Amino acid sequence: MTSGQRRLSAVATAALVVSLAAACGGDAKPGSSESTSSAAASAGSEGGQLSGEIKVDGSSTVAPLTQAAAELFGEEQAQVKIPVGTSGTGGGFEKFCAGETDISDASRPIKDEEKAACEAKGIKFTELTVATDALTVVVPKENDWATCLTTDQLKKMWEPAAEGKVKTWKDVDAKFPAEELKLYGPGTDSGTFDYFTDEINGEEGASRKDYSPSENDNDIVTGVAGAKGGLGYFGFTYFEENADKLKAVEIDSGSGCTAPSVEAAQGGKYTPLARPLFVYVSATAAKRPEVGAFLDYYATNINAIAKDAKFIPLNSEQEAKLKADITTLKSQG
Amino acid sequence: MAILSTPRSAVQLASRGRPLKEHLFRIALLASLAIALVFLTLLIVYVVEEGWPRLDSTLWENQPSIRRPETAGIQSGIFGTLWIIGLTALMALPTGILAAIYLEEYADKTKWYNRLLELNISNLAAVPSIVYGILGLGIIARWMAFGFTIMTGAITISLLVLPIVIISAREAIRAVPPSIREGSLALGATQWQTIYRQVLPASIPGIATGSILALSRAIGEAAPFLMLGAATLVRFNPEGVWSSFSVLPLQIYSFISRPQEEFAVLAAAAIVVLLAILLLMNSVAIWLRNRYQKRW
Repeated sequence: MTSGQRRLSAVATAALVVSLAAACGGDAKPGSSESTSSAAASAGSEGGQLSGEIKVDGSSTVAPLTQAAAELFGEEQAQVKIPVGTSGTGGGFEKFCAGETDISDASRPIKDEEKAACEAKGIKFTELTVATDALTVVVPKENDWATCLTTDQLKKMWEPAAEGKVKTWKDVDAKFPAEELKLYGPGTDSGTFDYFTDEINGEEGASRKDYSPSENDNDIVTGVAGAKGGLGYFGFTYFEENADKLKAVEIDSGSGCTAPSVEAAQGGKYTPLARPLFVYVSATAAKRPEVGAFLDYYATNINAIAKDAKFIPLNSEQEAKLKADITTLKSQG
Repeated sequence: MAILSTPRSAVQLASRGRPLKEHLFRIALLASLAIALVFLTLLIVYVVEEGWPRLDSTLWENQPSIRRPETAGIQSGIFGTLWIIGLTALMALPTGILAAIYLEEYADKTKWYNRLLELNISNLAAVPSIVYGILGLGIIARWMAFGFTIMTGAITISLLVLPIVIISAREAIRAVPPSIREGSLALGATQWQTIYRQVLPASIPGIATGSILALSRAIGEAAPFLMLGAATLVRFNPEGVWSSFSVLPLQIYSFISRPQEEFAVLAAAAIVVLLAILLLMNSVAIWLRNRYQKRW
C-alpha cells in the first residue's frame, strides 16, 4: 500500500529535518555573533589569538567571579572557551582531582581527603586567593532587638545542642523578646555552610538540623524577610542586593561590634566571618598557553573583575601575593 | 452526521430528569478539569508577565552574562537543548521503535526472558531521572571517557526516554487490528512486508505522538545534567557532539539563584522560551496524530 509508505516517509523526513535543523543551527553560529567587536580589539598584548578550552567547575559562590573573568577575557581572546560549572566546592574538587577540570572554584580550602585524592591521581595544584567574602548574618528589617550578636550567641542558636531546645530569641538571650526563632541557612553541601559551622560552632559540618536549608540563597532572603523572628546567613552580595528587605547584624567576636562591609572585610576587622575565596589551578593545565594567559588576565584585572561581579576585592597585600603566586605557578612549567 | 448527533441528543434528553447526584458528579469532574487548566493558565500568565521585559531578540541573540544581566541572553542554552534533543531523537527513536516491533511482533510471550524484558522496561520507565544522571556520570562520562560533552548528555537522555518510547510505540502497534495483519499475510506478504507496509504505517501516528511526548519530557530535565556536570555558565554554542554545553533548565536554575533582580526576570523569560519549545513539540504531536490517524 503506497499511501502507507508515503505516510511513513513523510514522518521520517519531518523527524530528520527537525534534528538537522538543530544540528545546523549550532554549526552556523559560533564565533559570528559574539566575537565581532572583541576580535578586532584584541590581538595586541598577547600577540596572536589563542584557542582551546579551559574547564572550570566548583563553588557556586565563586563561579560568578570566574565567569566575569571569563567574560572579560573573552573580549580579548574570543577563541578560548571557558565553560564554568557549579557543582559546589566538594563536587568541583572531585572532578578536579580526577583530572576532569583545569580550574576549581572553592569557597573553602581543600580538605585533606581531597588532597589525597589529587595526589593519588598525580594532580599537582596551586591555591590562589582571588576575593574576599563577608558571610553576612541577616534578620528582617522589623527586627529591632538584634543589632549586634556575639559569636557565642550565634553558636547558641546554631550548635547541634540547640536542636529542639533554642526555639525563641529569649532562649538565646534573656534580653530578647520571646519571638519564635526561625533559622534559614545554606544546605550541607555548601562551602558556606562548612565555613560558618567551622567558625561559629567550632567544628566543620556541626550544625543543628532543624533549620530551613536551601541551596538557593534567594530562598533564604525570602524566608528571613517574611518571618519576624527570622535569621539566616549567606554571602555579602545577597545582602547588598536585598538591603531594602533585610538588616545585617553586626558581629562581635570579642573586640566589639563590626558591621559587614567591604572595608571591614578587606581590613581583616570583620572576624571571624570574613572568608577568602579560592581558585585552584592544576599545574599541568597552567602550562597550556591559554590557561596561562587566562591566569595572567585574572591576576592583572582581579579587582576590576571582583567589582564587576560584586565581590569584595582583595587588599593590596593579597593582590601582590596573588600575582606572585601566579608567576611562581607559571615558572614551574 | 445524523448518526453522530444521535447519542448526544439522547444524553441531552435523558438529562432532564437527572438525579442530583449525577449533577454533582458532573460538577466535580468539571472542577477537576478547571483546576488543571487554571493552574496552567496562571503559570503561563505569571512567567510571561514576569519575563515580559526580556522577551525580545536579545534573549536568543546574546550569550549569558554574569556582568550584564539586563542584556544577557540564553543562546548557548537554546542551542545546547536543541543539540541534546536532536541527538536524543536520532538515537532513542529508532532503537525504541525497533525494540517495540520486536516485542510486539516477534517476541514469544510464553518465554520467560521476554517477560523479564517487558517487566524491566516498565520498571525502567519509573526510575527517577537523577539515577540516569548517576549512570551517565559513572559509565558514559567516566568509564567510557566521553567526558562532560553533548554526546554524554544525549546518550544519558536517550536511555532516560527509551523505555517511554518503547512503551508508547508498543501501545500504538498493538492498536493495529489483527485483521489487518491477517489480511496481509493471507495475501501472501511475508511477516516483514506486513510490518513494514501495513502495521508500521498504521501505527505511525501513535508512535510519533508517544515519541514526541517522551522527548518533551526530556527537554525539561535538569537533574541528570546537574549530575553529569554540564556547565551552568557557558558563553559559546556547541560546535559538535564533543563540545561542552549547557541546557536551558540548568541556566534557569542558575539564574534564579543569583542575587540580582534582573536574573529573576531573565529566568522567567527563559522559562517562556522553554515552554514555547515544549508547546511547539506537543502541537506537532497533535498535528501528526490528526493528520495521519486512521480509524477502523
